[in-house]
Formats: sequence, structure tokens, C-alpha cells
Amino acid sequence: MQQVVFGIVAALIVFAAVRLVTTRNLVHGALYLLGVLAGVAILFLLFLAEFVAWVQVLVYIGAVVVLLLFGLMLTRAPIGHMALDSQTRPLAAVVALATFGITSTIVWKAFKGQTIHFSKPDTVNTLGEAIFSRYVLPFEIVSVVLLAALVGAVVLARKEE
Amino acid sequence: MPVAPVLVLSSFLFSVGIYGVLARRNAVLVLMSIEVMLNAVNINLVVFNLLLRSISYIGQVFALFVITIAAAELGVGLAIVILIFRNRATVSIDEVNLMKW
Repeated sequence: MQQVVFGIVAALIVFAAVRLVTTRNLVHGALYLLGVLAGVAILFLLFLAEFVAWVQVLVYIGAVVVLLLFGLMLTRAPIGHMALDSQTRPLAAVVALATFGITSTIVWKAFKGQTIHFSKPDTVNTLGEAIFSRYVLPFEIVSVVLLAALVGAVVLARKEE
Repeated sequence: MPVAPVLVLSSFLFSVGIYGVLARRNAVLVLMSIEVMLNAVNINLVVFNLLLRSISYIGQVFALFVITIAAAELGVGLAIVILIFRNRATVSIDEVNLMKW
């Protein structure tokens, strides 16, 4: 059952990701990114990470895609193959294929016989206890980083008087 | 369920992100490809959390941290892109080469 769901979602993710980096239309690119993010959210649900899945839906699908669409609209970029792709495309394809070959061979050899055993889902309160007891210091540091990035973005995008 | 196909999917997604970053000329598309790469890392973190039966949930907690940092990175990145567009009327990475040696 889990393997069937994984196969379908993996096919969706692969299709959307490949179309994202080859499409000629910027807005279609944002839609394919949405497909990738939704597929990854389903994978999180499948792998019993319920809270991470809903954070993915809220932060990525809710905020990040809308922010990217705003960026696309504000910079009204030209539509067309030549305008979107750089001269270094063949070299980029070689680098990406080499990376995929090396990393996939390594993980395939290292984790060939290992299997995941699905137990009962982790509840949100156990994850919340972990965040607010053991990982509370990194959590606070991340919140400061987020605040600094927010202020930095406002300062950068503000018009000079 | 075997774990290797999941990791191969994750490495495929990461490689597609690398291709997008290197081959695309539009800065907003480069930012999108970076988000794809970060998602590939998140899949790995969540799956390893399940595989190793971590009782401290380190994998899921770090996936949440990666999502937060990705949001911060995207905010600052888009602000820079919009600033470049305002100053030079282009978002093409090929034409922004002032700091290139």
C-alpha cells in the first residue's frame, strides 16, 4: 500500500521537477514548483511526519509560492526559451547528471537491504515536547535569524528617499 | 518498504535543482530551483528520522529548521532581485556581473 502511494507521488514529483527546469513559461514554472512541493508534503504524511507536512503546506504552498509569483509579476521577465536558459546549459546538464549518478549509486549501495517499518504515527505533542525541551536553544536562534531576515528584506526592498 | 528508492528520489530532486540553478538565467527561477534542492534535503531528514526510529525527533526538528531558513533565504533573495530589477531593469543573471572577476 505504502509502496503504491510512494510510486504514484514519486512519478508526480519527478514529472513536475523536470518540467520546472525545462518550461518556457515563468508562471507555469511556479505551478510546477507547486506540484513538487505538494508531492513532498504527501511524502511527509506517508513517512509519519504529520506536523512537518502541514508546515510544508502552510509555509511553502501558502507563502513561498505566492511570494515567488509576486516576484515574477514585479519583475515582468520576458517569455521564451532563449531568454530563460543560459549559455551554459549542456555543462549544467553534465554536472547535474554526474551528481545524480554519484549520489544515487552511493545511497543505493549503502542502504540496499534496509527497510522502513511503519509504526503508529508520531503525534504533534511529542514533536512539540522535543522542540521546546531538547532543541529549545536552536529554536530560539532560528527565530532570531528569521527576524533578522525579515528586517533585512524590508531594508533592501525599501525605496531610498 | 525499502528505503533506497526514497533516497534515490531525493538525490534526483537535488540534481534537478542543481541543473536549474546552473542552466537558468532568470533570477526568480534560480530561487525556485534552490527551494527544490532544500526540499530534497527535507525528504532525507524525515526518512532517516523514521528509519533510525529517533526518539528525540532530530530529523523532523531539523526539517522544520530547514523550512524556516528557506523562508528567510527566499525573502532576502527576492528583495535583492527586486532591488537589482529596480536599478538595472533586468533580472538576468548573465547581465549582473559587476562583482565577477
